[in-house]
Amino acid sequence: MFRNQYDTDVTTWSPAGRLFQVEYAMEAVKQGSAAIGLRSKTHVVLATVNKSNSELSSHQKKIFKIDDHIGVAIAGLTADGRVLSRYLRSECINYAFTYESPLPVGRLVVQLADKAQVCTQRSWKRPYGVGLLVAGLDESGAHLYYNCPSGNYFEYQAFAIGSRSQAAKTYLERKFESFTNSSREDLIKDALFAIKETLQGEKLTSSICTVAVVGVEEPFHIMDQKTIQELIESLEIKEEEPTDQGEAMEERSPEAAPAPMDI
Amino acid sequence: MASKQQANWSPYDNNGGTCVAIAGSNYCVIAADTRLSTGYSILTRDYSKLQQLADKSILASSGFQADIKALQKHLSAKHLIYQHQHNKQMSCPAMAQLLSNTLYYKRFFPYYAFNVLGGLDNEGKGCVFTYDAVGSYERVGYSSQGSGSTLITPVLDNQLKSPSPLLIPQETEAVDLVKDVFASAAERDIYTGDRVEITIVNAAGIRREYAELRKD
Repeated sequence: MFRNQYDTDVTTWSPAGRLFQVEYAMEAVKQGSAAIGLRSKTHVVLATVNKSNSELSSHQKKIFKIDDHIGVAIAGLTADGRVLSRYLRSECINYAFTYESPLPVGRLVVQLADKAQVCTQRSWKRPYGVGLLVAGLDESGAHLYYNCPSGNYFEYQAFAIGSRSQAAKTYLERKFESFTNSSREDLIKDALFAIKETLQGEKLTSSICTVAVVGVEEPFHIMDQKTIQELIESLEIKEEEPTDQGEAMEERSPEAAPAPMDI
Repeated sequence: MASKQQANWSPYDNNGGTCVAIAGSNYCVIAADTRLSTGYSILTRDYSKLQQLADKSILASSGFQADIKALQKHLSAKHLIYQHQHNKQMSCPAMAQLLSNTLYYKRFFPYYAFNVLGGLDNEGKGCVFTYDAVGSYERVGYSSQGSGSTLITPVLDNQLKSPSPLLIPQETEAVDLVKDVFASAAERDIYTGDRVEITIVNAAGIRREYAELRKD
């Protein structure tokens, strides 16, 4: 994308029917460190790569518990993500207060999407610079949604966002058909493997990733480092497949994409 | 002379019942009867007036149950927000202050709720906080609120206060004392009876006991 005369305001259309500010906001998501989500019939797993600025500082928090049955992983401007998490928590609390039951995930993501849309149609606002993977369970089962800065949202079996997410997506595309009936452990291992793909050779340890699970009769929670490290180690023992298979797929460059909001 | 217009209905009702709490050195007993009444009728014999607000805080309230339900939900929601922001449970003294502020917020249309908050403080010692309807509160060693409080408080005073300094009973003694005072209150207070629900908070967690009371 190059600078042009239609990209200053979010309220200015380009002649091709694009809102460049919104597309730039989606670029911000691509710059953030990776976050992935996958779901089975009974569980949803979120995993993120936690890169800190320096060895001295702590990691950015990228996974937030929204309610017992919902959690989110973010990529992009984490400050925007924090603010949206506060909004999501508030919505869940208010719904539960009025209806004495948990807010269905599909309803929450629509509210979030509508909130994002507002920022694409006000001259004094800017779009949120964060993409959210919303993982949750409700009466209709396990769900994974992706909410973009544009105000669009989609449901996924598995998805990855952030930098080098294409590598994870490639892996997920290969394996997603098996996820519906995956066990909880296999789902978590697949998540870790997908995270590994985004690291491109760097060693995966529990100190640079965060994993969270929500499931039937399992409230949303972030898993502890020790358990994750054990799972990573068991992954390494099993891993016999040569990695050149993965590399070949990464070479494929993205086709001329339609305007991102149309996806 | 025109007289002032007055409403011919009241927004409040009293659903009766009694609450008691006793603080120990490392435990707290919080109890309430399970009878819900209106006027001279019984609505149900099986209503819980106790609500666990946090890990170590239990609220017992008597008065107008609709207001009490709203108050409990309000406090639970506030506690959830606290947990999201601080990544930990609210301590009992913190909850005590929150309850006071929440009650005073409605100073000019109060919650018709007479509360006793019990639990463990930050050091693991038992604590009891007693309130009026608009949030005035005090930490005490024991307290009783509700329709049977006038019958129960003197007995607790006699057993716990007059052997001065304040006698802090053992857990089993406190539970027995609670059962005794409720049995006594049920004799003469028509709004207290059916069953008493007793919760005991200590370092191990929360335990629940029931004792039958007079059904008349």
